Amino acid sequence: MNCKYFMLGVLICLFYSCKQETHLSKIEGKRIEITDTLESNQAIEDYIKPYKEHVEKDLDSVLAYAVGTYSKNDGKLNTAIGNFMADAVFELSNPIFKSRTGKDIDMVLLNHGGIRSIMSKGNITSRTAYKIMPFDNIVVVAELKGTYVLELVKYLQNARRAHPISKLNIKLGSNFELIEATINNEPIDANKTYYVATNDYLINGGDRMTFLKKRDSLYVLDYKIRNLLIDYFKKVDTINPVIDDRFIQIK
Amino acid sequence: MKRRNFIQQTAATTALVTLGGLGLQSFTTSRTKKITILHTNDVHSHIVPFSPNDGRNANKGGVARRASLIESIRTKNPNTLLLDAGDIFQGTPYFNYYGGELEFKLMSMLKYDAATIGNHDFDNGIDGLYAQLPHAKFDFVSANYDFSNTVMDTHVKPYKIFKKDGIKIGVFGLGIELNGLVGENHYKETKYLNPIEIAQDMSRILKIEKQCDLVICLSHLGYNYRNNPEIVSDLKIAKATKDIDLIIGGHTHTFLRKPTIEKNIEGKNVLINQVGCYGLYLGKIDFYFDSDKSKAANGTSIIV
Repeated sequence: MNCKYFMLGVLICLFYSCKQETHLSKIEGKRIEITDTLESNQAIEDYIKPYKEHVEKDLDSVLAYAVGTYSKNDGKLNTAIGNFMADAVFELSNPIFKSRTGKDIDMVLLNHGGIRSIMSKGNITSRTAYKIMPFDNIVVVAELKGTYVLELVKYLQNARRAHPISKLNIKLGSNFELIEATINNEPIDANKTYYVATNDYLINGGDRMTFLKKRDSLYVLDYKIRNLLIDYFKKVDTINPVIDDRFIQIK
Repeated sequence: MKRRNFIQQTAATTALVTLGGLGLQSFTTSRTKKITILHTNDVHSHIVPFSPNDGRNANKGGVARRASLIESIRTKNPNTLLLDAGDIFQGTPYFNYYGGELEFKLMSMLKYDAATIGNHDFDNGIDGLYAQLPHAKFDFVSANYDFSNTVMDTHVKPYKIFKKDGIKIGVFGLGIELNGLVGENHYKETKYLNPIEIAQDMSRILKIEKQCDLVICLSHLGYNYRNNPEIVSDLKIAKATKDIDLIIGGHTHTFLRKPTIEKNIEGKNVLINQVGCYGLYLGKIDFYFDSDKSKAANGTSIIV
């Protein structure tokens, strides 16, 4: 019996110790770099393998052929790669836009900075599209008054940069003064409404294209530009874009 | 009778030996408990290591290597929590092909305990995030996103309490303002609530009401906005609250060489850590708890 009382005493003691507050005495913090000196977990590797093989096979399957190497730095006010992108956006977005609204896209405006890589001569794969367009930007169409399309032209005139355009033609003089700006071979009418296809980055204020904020309706096509490029590559056999006269300076 | 006595005595002796052992740990030498917090942020679908010819991060990162590192740390200390501060999605074709399925499956295999939600986790819309939830065997915590009018309702908790070796650890999540960062058609009716007010609330609930020994804020607000000081950041949360021990951050892809120590509203230390992005680093914070009263007066030493 004595034993039992002793046990009880010990238990009370133990409970008391449990009620004691713990005290945060020390904190140690660091970061550990993940390098190839660390052993790789085989189960995880094996699990990733089929996913990896599928992604890589798909990314590397040949979709088209590029006749030359195209860089956004080749060309002053328009570039072959930029023309290719803007034209592809028009070609594949317009049928979608038309089927939804019954209207046609009048022009396309993208941004020079949005071309993230060159397109190399030779086989074109989905990987090419991922390199040119790693972001998930989508095509949007803004309903824009002619007045603001003229502001768009003014922006391009001042930027003196090869922002990709399609269906819009601009001629500048030797001092970058505007000689002519046309859409569908007609001068831009300040009172007319135009449908400008662009991306969601620019529509949300990217590259300070503030004229896009003055739009009326906005049509979100939910079509990723990268997917559009992949679809375009699947559609054509050869990619052979050129620098043309859509945006030029006459000296 | 004699036999019964004998059994009783034997049982008591055994018990005493055990208790004696415990007693030795808890009183005499004062038992120290160690809690290890491991964390990642902004992994952005980086599943495999960077290629050997990558210009910046050649041969670095990779989930399989992180797995073995975490495993070895857990073997040394089973009282370990593994957390992620958001932007699990987007950045490699793995996301575009599988929509985040592989990311969640691997995090489950690595036994992540909790994650918070980053802006890029909405990149396939809130429905895209919801669709991947069955692959995540860990919890999502976010206290300042009100999902009640969305499909995510009831799938995200404001906080979670873990108990490791008798130590109570409260982890709550904070997310960044979605308007302007994420298309409205993607986040739908997710409501963004003031993170400072929510953090004050959460720390009170976890520390005072729930009696947590450790309060951790898992944040995707961003470390600091030097040029836009009006934007809420982890440093701001640290200064405007009390009772938070650690803020694990994300969003700004900030590579902190070591955790930042900031003073909270009461002048007490808060640790803030963020390990850049793409699974290039694993953050590791060890908390040591002492039951020796005499040591309490010495405060907490921080070694970073």
